[in-house]
Amino acid sequence: MAESLLELRSLRKSFGGLAVTRDVSLSLSTGEIHALIGPNGAGKTTLVHQVSGTLRPDSGQVRFEGEDVTRLGLAARARRGLARSFQITCIIPGFSALENVALAVQARAGSSFRFFRPAGREAALNGEAMEALREVGLHGRADLPAGALSHGEKRQLELAIALAMRPRALLLDEPLAGTGPEEAERLIRILSALKPRYGILLIEHDMPAVFALADRISVLAEGRVIASGIPAEIRADAAVRAAYLGEEEG
Amino acid sequence: MRWRNAALPLLIFAALALAPFVGFGQGHSLTLLARAMIFGMAAISLSLLVGGAGLVSLGHAALLGVGAYAVVVLDHARVTEALVVMPVAIGVAALFALLTGAVAIRTSGVHFIMITLAFGQMAFFTASSLAIFGGDDGYTLYGRLELGGSRLLENRLFFHFACLALLAGTWLLVEALLRSRFGRVLRAARENETRARAVGFAPYPFRLAAYVIAGAIAGLAGVMLANSAEFVAPAYLTWQRSGDLLFMVILGGLAGPHGALMGALAFVLIEEWLSHLTEHWRLIFGPLLILCVFFMRDGIAGLLRRG
Repeated sequence: MAESLLELRSLRKSFGGLAVTRDVSLSLSTGEIHALIGPNGAGKTTLVHQVSGTLRPDSGQVRFEGEDVTRLGLAARARRGLARSFQITCIIPGFSALENVALAVQARAGSSFRFFRPAGREAALNGEAMEALREVGLHGRADLPAGALSHGEKRQLELAIALAMRPRALLLDEPLAGTGPEEAERLIRILSALKPRYGILLIEHDMPAVFALADRISVLAEGRVIASGIPAEIRADAAVRAAYLGEEEG
Repeated sequence: MRWRNAALPLLIFAALALAPFVGFGQGHSLTLLARAMIFGMAAISLSLLVGGAGLVSLGHAALLGVGAYAVVVLDHARVTEALVVMPVAIGVAALFALLTGAVAIRTSGVHFIMITLAFGQMAFFTASSLAIFGGDDGYTLYGRLELGGSRLLENRLFFHFACLALLAGTWLLVEALLRSRFGRVLRAARENETRARAVGFAPYPFRLAAYVIAGAIAGLAGVMLANSAEFVAPAYLTWQRSGDLLFMVILGGLAGPHGALMGALAFVLIEEWLSHLTEHWRLIFGPLLILCVFFMRDGIAGLLRRG
């Protein structure tokens, strides 16, 4: 059997006596959006940190493109093509939108131990960065300081940064958090356009968005995957309704 | 405003170039200006760390001191050729920065400050205990370095312009570094380390490289300081001196090397002026610096930008 793009094998993580991730196994293939949902405190963010390399699991494995990357940190996994976005917007406010993205291009375009040529004038870096901005519809704001962008635009920028890394897998931690209906709609359009080229692990609270985008959904409750399947199955699952959907819709 | 960042330093360099011919040509004035320019170099190198990399070092004077003591050790061995002494001093300071930085940069924030302070104090006590180089009393050089066998550096005017050239070169270098790919990674990791890591940059090697470069520049400044005074003492390495350097950088503004340049010149000149006014000048200087921090958040550079 061909191995998936990204695979989590029995991840476990505890903080003190509190088990936050309990034997989580998941897989993600290219061209697929696998959504991860669950009530607050279910351990979604802790899981994302383990997948991206910010936290190390107590046991279990994270495999990316057939290799064990469990011991690699955030930066090393990013270089291998596993990009993540953050629940709380993580950009460089003092850089222009373009330079935020150019930094990501630079990370995989040759050495960054170059000391003299002004990086801001490197046409190759700026060209690719501009392309990524265009892909998320932010090219008109390229020269603005990133800190001056609206919240929705910052979410778009963060996506552009992830795309500029030319990753194979995208790990998106609540990309719609705090966006208005129009911005959310725009981001959903962008995400579905991106889907064929990447494997996307999507953590999201916005249920209509999840059911519109996801090919598979896994439900996390109290650190455990309590259900996993196609959207229709999840919608029908009694345990899920009890743990999550019911209270959301109520 | 990018052009202002360049215009101000160029104006300052022009003023420094003219100074000897418009009433500041006497020995005392030139010595003072040389001192200001040398501290300017050291402050600019520190600004690469503080403003560029976000590394607040309280041990920068030690690197200056290592450069100065390299001159002493070679002077003691009768090696006084600048073309030999300078590269050796720069190399030793860079090596000291590499070894101490490799440890210090594993930490950040207050811990980084404390570790650089600790290494600085170690260097200070080492210098104090070197009896053959004068210990606490310091060491008087036989003379200034020779340049290609000539006694050019003894010439006050030549020494003035040598300092000016090195100062301008340092400014150009650090300006270029901060705009380069390397500098972009440093700045990114300072503003948002998680973001830098998330696109694939582990900041450690970049920060260490910046620390070594800053150390090398400070070492060169140490060589010039030793030659300016023709005397070297452990006082060069005190943590108070590191604090002064840090103050120059903050006084001038963290937005770029031009801030440190202005901060250093202002610091040395105000210090000199006050010490002529009264014996108790420190009583005025201290509060003055505090007021500067309160009312000029972005330093002198920020003040000039608004004006």
